[in-house]
Amino acid sequence: MKEPIITIQNLSAAVEGRQILKGIDLTIFPGEMHAIMGPNGSGKSTLAAILAGREGYDITGGEVIYCGQDLLALDPEERACEGVFLAFQYPVEIPGVNSTYFLKTAYNEIRKHRGLPELDAMEFLTFVKEKVKLLDLPEDLLKRPVNYGFSGGEKKRNEIFQMAVLEPKFAILDETDSGLDIDALKIVAHGVNTLKRPDNAQLVITHYQRLLNFIVPDFVHVLYDGRIVKSGGKELALELEETGYDGMIHAAAVPA
Amino acid sequence: MNNITATKPNGARAQRVTELNPIRTELALPERNANEPAWLLSARKAGFMCFDELGFPTLQSEDWRFTNVAPIAKMTLAPVSKPARHGVTEKALSQFPFTALAGGQLVFVNGQFAPELSSLAQLPEGVKVMNLAAALATEPALVEPHLCRHASTDTNAFTALNTAFFQDGAFVHVPAGQAVAEPIHLLFVSTAKDHGATAHPRNLIVAESDSRVTVIESYVSLCDTAYFTNSVTELVAADNAVVEHLKFQDENQQAFHIATVAAHGGRASNVVTHSIALGAKLSRTNIYATLAGEGLECILNGLYLTRGEQLADHYMIVDHAQPQGASHEYFNGILADKSKGVFHGRILVRPGAQKTDAKQTNKNLLLSDDATADTKPQLEIYADDVKCTHGATIGQLNDESIFYLRARAIPREKARRMLIHAFAGEIIDRVRCATVRQELDRLVWDRLEQNQQIAGNP
Repeated sequence: MKEPIITIQNLSAAVEGRQILKGIDLTIFPGEMHAIMGPNGSGKSTLAAILAGREGYDITGGEVIYCGQDLLALDPEERACEGVFLAFQYPVEIPGVNSTYFLKTAYNEIRKHRGLPELDAMEFLTFVKEKVKLLDLPEDLLKRPVNYGFSGGEKKRNEIFQMAVLEPKFAILDETDSGLDIDALKIVAHGVNTLKRPDNAQLVITHYQRLLNFIVPDFVHVLYDGRIVKSGGKELALELEETGYDGMIHAAAVPA
Repeated sequence: MNNITATKPNGARAQRVTELNPIRTELALPERNANEPAWLLSARKAGFMCFDELGFPTLQSEDWRFTNVAPIAKMTLAPVSKPARHGVTEKALSQFPFTALAGGQLVFVNGQFAPELSSLAQLPEGVKVMNLAAALATEPALVEPHLCRHASTDTNAFTALNTAFFQDGAFVHVPAGQAVAEPIHLLFVSTAKDHGATAHPRNLIVAESDSRVTVIESYVSLCDTAYFTNSVTELVAADNAVVEHLKFQDENQQAFHIATVAAHGGRASNVVTHSIALGAKLSRTNIYATLAGEGLECILNGLYLTRGEQLADHYMIVDHAQPQGASHEYFNGILADKSKGVFHGRILVRPGAQKTDAKQTNKNLLLSDDATADTKPQLEIYADDVKCTHGATIGQLNDESIFYLRARAIPREKARRMLIHAFAGEIIDRVRCATVRQELDRLVWDRLEQNQQIAGNP
């Protein structure tokens, strides 16, 4: 039997004394794509942030095992080196830092961590240009400062592009679809589908079902008030579309 | 002496400097130097009177409220006149930036011209680059229309002091229609052994109409004494001239550095002046930009990096005297330890200077809880069809940016450095001359690394 990429067990977390996650259980195996859906305030982005290592959260219970390691004990950069990737809901603009330089630094940190020789500027440029082509992105993206002056859609595409370059084992996409028009949504979905492989896994966090018209998850989980209240196959997303969160949560709450 | 009058500056008069310290005979009215033209003596005397009248600025003065120059008042002030057996070698100079540029350089040691260390590349026809003392003797007709006419002595005691006592400096003259491709480097190095030794370098840069030139002024040290540099540069860009000027200050951590750059732009000229302040215990750079012609563009661009107990002060007045002028000021400061950054930017739009487009930005990055930044923008607008904006920020590195980089496998410390470097890069990127920009970029990067280590940041 395959080893899971990540196992989240009874994870609870609070921010400034307020309990946000109230016991999350989730196991993801290689080759799988999971979607977490939920209304605003359900804890979706908190889960993503905690997995990527953002500071400011108190882990009040549970654990996260990533490829056999205690994920929560690692610094964000160590997690990234181990293959965890967070596509940000709000990618940060960094004026003055050239995109190619930024990506080369990130890429080489990961290579260094794996004991591989670093790529020089020329080698990296060749490598990165292939990725640009693969995702049908404009090449001038590489010459601009990181996300600086990018439109909302460009920023999200840039996140997917970084994901393509860094080739994570476990990618978390935090509301990558929010604020995108249909064309941008298709480009992002195309990127995610292209990057799906039997040896990696993806966790797609979304508020809306529409992204799931273009990327097909193997599992869908509904998060509500810090707990996963329902899990199922891709048909769960469609069911949600019809009943809405309220209907589903009400139904789920009855047996309890 | 009695027949010379100086205009009284506004406000209560400070005690005359000569009254304050009668035994300081070196601060006597300048006397006629046989090699100098008579008009210059008048200018020197007027400068001396202004200085005597103004006295040293105090913290009560609105323009100096963050910068205490009291330690300077105790210094010698008059230049050391004995010829220097300075012992400076070309090799010793090669450690300084911009010394390997193709355009060549004039070197001044303790304010005195050092011809044996200076070398100039082949200059285009008619271009003159020499020390000012020589120019006063051989090119008076080129010097007289400009020298002491752009840097005002009646509001700035240090400019007045320089005017009274300057011995030498650089003279650069580019005739109409001529372009100098390679940057010209003016290198001022101090080897002062005595505490309080003073130099008053005086530079005149004239770019006649339709000409083009890049000039770098560097102030550096080969000593660690507390000496005083008080420089004044007058920069004239005639109609359609394109001038890039970079002042680089990296004096030792005990030194005092006061400088004035008075730039005068003619119609449709394009002047960019950069000020890079890395060194000195206390530095103050005054930039007076007069947009005297229509449709000109002027950029004032600056970067200051301080650590320890350094203070770096930039004071500027951009004077829009004619319509359709554009001026942009961009100053970024990176302040570590207990150091201090001061920015004072005044934009003056005179009546009739319609369609003025003036923009001012000052950003300060504080790397420690003890560092401070004082920033004071000032707009004075007397025309109604203008666009003027200003903005100032003081802050620390953005945690969200650091997390973003860390989430991309970049370690915290490297992420911090990338962001700090980027902050400096915004300013360095505006240097147009590629060779200068690259050298400056490397240098600032190294300095930021050093400052980090010295500051012992996590």
